[in-house]
Amino acid sequence: MIYFDNVCKRYPGGHDALNRVNLRLPKGQMAFLTGHSGAGKSTLLKLIAMIERPTRGQIFLDGVNLNNIGNRKIPYIRRNIGIIFQNHHLLYDRPVFDNVAMPLIIQGYRRQEIHKRVRAALNQVGLLSKEKSAPITLSGGEQQRVGIARAIVHKPLLLLADEPTGNLDPELSEEIMQLFARFNQVGTTVLIASHDLDLIKQMGSPMISLQDGQVANNGLPFSADSAKAPTR
Amino acid sequence: MACLLAQTAQRLQLANMRNSPHKKSRLSSYFGNHLRVSLASLGRLYAQPVATFMTAAVIAIALALPVDLYIALDNVGKLSSGWDGSTQISLFLHTSVKKQEAVKLQQRLERHKFIKKIELIDKEKGLEQFKEVSGFGDALKYLDDNPLPIVMVVHPKISVNQADRTTSLVKELGNNKLVELAQLDVQWVKRLYTFLEIANRSIWVISSMLAIAVLLIIGNTIRLDIQSRREEIEVSKLIGASDAFIRRPFLYTGLWYGIIGGVLAWIITLASLILMENPIHKLALLYHSEFRLSGLGFENTLLLILISCALGLIGSWLAVSRHLKDIEPS
Repeated sequence: MIYFDNVCKRYPGGHDALNRVNLRLPKGQMAFLTGHSGAGKSTLLKLIAMIERPTRGQIFLDGVNLNNIGNRKIPYIRRNIGIIFQNHHLLYDRPVFDNVAMPLIIQGYRRQEIHKRVRAALNQVGLLSKEKSAPITLSGGEQQRVGIARAIVHKPLLLLADEPTGNLDPELSEEIMQLFARFNQVGTTVLIASHDLDLIKQMGSPMISLQDGQVANNGLPFSADSAKAPTR
Repeated sequence: MACLLAQTAQRLQLANMRNSPHKKSRLSSYFGNHLRVSLASLGRLYAQPVATFMTAAVIAIALALPVDLYIALDNVGKLSSGWDGSTQISLFLHTSVKKQEAVKLQQRLERHKFIKKIELIDKEKGLEQFKEVSGFGDALKYLDDNPLPIVMVVHPKISVNQADRTTSLVKELGNNKLVELAQLDVQWVKRLYTFLEIANRSIWVISSMLAIAVLLIIGNTIRLDIQSRREEIEVSKLIGASDAFIRRPFLYTGLWYGIIGGVLAWIITLASLILMENPIHKLALLYHSEFRLSGLGFENTLLLILISCALGLIGSWLAVSRHLKDIEPS
């Protein structure tokens, strides 16, 4: 699903965020990305979501070389990805339902279909009763779950989460992680950046740790070095 | 093999899921989206009535000013076109010229493409007129000879704003060897035409400047709108909204400003016409004229609103193309 081939990312000013990263995340896999802050976790996710472009190397997403995707085609790549942020990026000028419906509206779904899918997504995160609430009236954990509902409502192939439990207490964090595990069970590939090592160990999914922009420890079943060509 | 089949089946299912029954067809989705976005943009404007009204009013005033000037000029043009007939050129022939020669000249000149008709005032008729007008009637009886020249009054075929043509006609006629003096009777008409031409030009200059002002006003309003919706734009980009999708609500906002501004400008124009109509009618009556102020008319009203819409769209397009690029998720 995700294949990094010798990827380097240098930010303007000379800071190397990622240095010769090789990585292969098979389809349907769930994995954690760990490391100290500044180790390059966020940069790695941003490269996959095409928020940033690599300085060198190639990234394949579902067999597509992202280097060959022009800026105008980026939206269509992003439609295959669900992205979850630490600060959930909800829009406070509209109710929960409208927030979750955004990806579907962008992709031109029918009204009835939007209603059906938004309800299903809210149901999965346990917030069906809050569909008419304003996001500001929800607790931190609930807001995060609205963010997750928005990320999965269009059934993406890949779910990326950047510190999704950063602001939550341990119990809520575990709940959120269980939610990701459930999406993974129905076939979604999931990559979560987190520094909560206890929680990660508890989840039992493989862990990729980054250190100073390099892969320090790759717990994935197939290591990138053994894979010669990108597979879907 | 079984594995491969299962994979294919899954893929087909995925492909199905991404296609029709759930998604609208491209065309209906496109129009549905446009309708929804245009109404949403209007709703946003309606939610802030005072701010919207003030912006639209500025646009309206900027548009109404040149329109009012245009109407004023148009009316002066109509009024003065009635004076066209009074633009006459008097040709004083040499005293030695005989009547037959004068008649020949008259017949020749009447075929000239810029001449409508020519009145010939021979010496006897001229003397008669002179007697009537001057009051020297009896005294003139004692003259042995008629001292007056033959006069030809030329009515040119020239309409508004053709001052040059009148001048060149006078010159041409003056060069004829039978003619001693060619004189344009109504010099001031020529001046009026020139003045109208200058006014016409200045309306274009003023209109262009005000059009640019409208573009800037709309551009700036849309820029502020973009700034205040930064978060929404970022999130939309992150979840896969195309540039066209993000651009659309702002373009519609600009279009709505154009429409509202155009209609307001039309109302302002109408109001100023009503205010002016009565005094102008009174003035016209004093001159025994049937002159009535004429308004914008249907076609020009349509044109005004179309121009206003175009300015709204262009203004917002300028703002959007400049500022949307700056907002990228990080």
